Amino acid sequence: METPGYTLCKYTISPRRAYVILRFMSRLSLIDIAVLDLQPVNIAVAEADCVCLTGPSGAGKSLLLRAVADLIPHLGDASLDDSLCSTMKPSLWRRQVGYLPSESHWWSDRVGDHFSQPHAMAFQQLGFDTDVLNWEVSRLSTGEKQRLALLRLLTNQPRALLLDEPTASLDAQGVTRVETMLGNYQQQHQVPLLWVSHDADQVERVAHRVFELQQGQVREVA
Amino acid sequence: MSVITLSVTDLMLAAGLVVLLALLSIWMQLNLASKLVVAAMRTTVQLMLIGLVLKVLFANAQLIWVMALALFMLAVAGREVMVRQERRFGGVWGYGLGTLSMFVSAFATTVFALVFIVGTEPWYEPQYAIPLLGMMLGNTMNGVSLALDRLTTSAWQQRGVIEAHLTLGHEWRTAISAITRDSVRVGLIPIINAMAAAGIVSLPGMMTGQILSGTPPLEAVKYQILIMFMISAGTGFATMAASWIGARRLFDERCRLRLDRLTVRD
Repeated sequence: METPGYTLCKYTISPRRAYVILRFMSRLSLIDIAVLDLQPVNIAVAEADCVCLTGPSGAGKSLLLRAVADLIPHLGDASLDDSLCSTMKPSLWRRQVGYLPSESHWWSDRVGDHFSQPHAMAFQQLGFDTDVLNWEVSRLSTGEKQRLALLRLLTNQPRALLLDEPTASLDAQGVTRVETMLGNYQQQHQVPLLWVSHDADQVERVAHRVFELQQGQVREVA
Repeated sequence: MSVITLSVTDLMLAAGLVVLLALLSIWMQLNLASKLVVAAMRTTVQLMLIGLVLKVLFANAQLIWVMALALFMLAVAGREVMVRQERRFGGVWGYGLGTLSMFVSAFATTVFALVFIVGTEPWYEPQYAIPLLGMMLGNTMNGVSLALDRLTTSAWQQRGVIEAHLTLGHEWRTAISAITRDSVRVGLIPIINAMAAAGIVSLPGMMTGQILSGTPPLEAVKYQILIMFMISAGTGFATMAASWIGARRLFDERCRLRLDRLTVRD
């Protein structure tokens, strides 16, 4: 098992919490997916590929991601490897195709209540101690919230990621931490990323391919 | 024992108090005078009408007429539930959800009480059936409208939280469970408070009425206890049914939160 970035023996972890790294090698495809006034979109994101979506505000980038996560009614379909979203149980699809919105939401007072299987290493990599599990959500900064929201999503071990401006509210250090975390996760698990970003520098850093969404049309620009 | 009959003059005297209140509210610029007078007139007309209807109904105690009046009362209660909500379900659900819950719960508990507890002969004896159903509907109506209002308003305010659950692969039940529980609680609080305060803080209206009409206090008390239990059970079942069906209706078959199914009151 390859474990780049992680050295298991460095941490004391009970066997129950052992972090098994699976290489998913999965492939995410958008098949004629259309929502509101967007033209049908076809994008295939290969394993370990990072596709960035850019475009002016209100062009429908978030809508498109939400449609892929099957959170809003839409036409067309999406698939993960050979499984179509429409034939999969919605909860299973959303666990496998992890969607991170730009603003995170929390339903309990304590951070730990939002995690079913917290991993000590994952917390450290995002600059947190596992003490954070006992913190109150109301005391978190915007940046901390967003990093923990990402962590909360990654503990599901998604096979593909949909990122809606994941670093929009973060300072430079936070941006680096999140990008590193995402990069590591992508490398370890060989998962496809579909990443909405406004930041041209970020697109430059992370994207393998870039699509622009403008006036309801999607076209590949780089 | 007989009731002291009230004459028209007696009621005029009571009406005088309302007029006095209206004058006072004009003087205080409360903008309530016309509302107060209209409400007082509605009370008079509506109660006179139902008095007449009941008089006719008692004379012809037939199931079909009792059912007709019962369904009419249900229809009005259903409308009342609907208009009291800030955000209600669109289409037939807006009216149907509350009405269905009240129908199932209030009708079932009333029939249960008539057949197995009071044991009237025939079971639909209007002198018992209509007042019992009226009290059931009046209270379940409050519970259901409070619960549905809380459900839809909270779902709207906490849509981010609900979707956060969904994006993590939780089922709709988990995503909305805190809100559903909360709305059932809100619907049940009034009747729990009423039961806790009954007899100490307030003398319930029905019991007071029976005592005024000459029923021995202990008999009246027993009826009031029966009513309180029926109301709490009926309100509870209706509130739970409405909250659960409502919560389910907020999600579609793909487990998406569908707030577009709610319409906002103008």
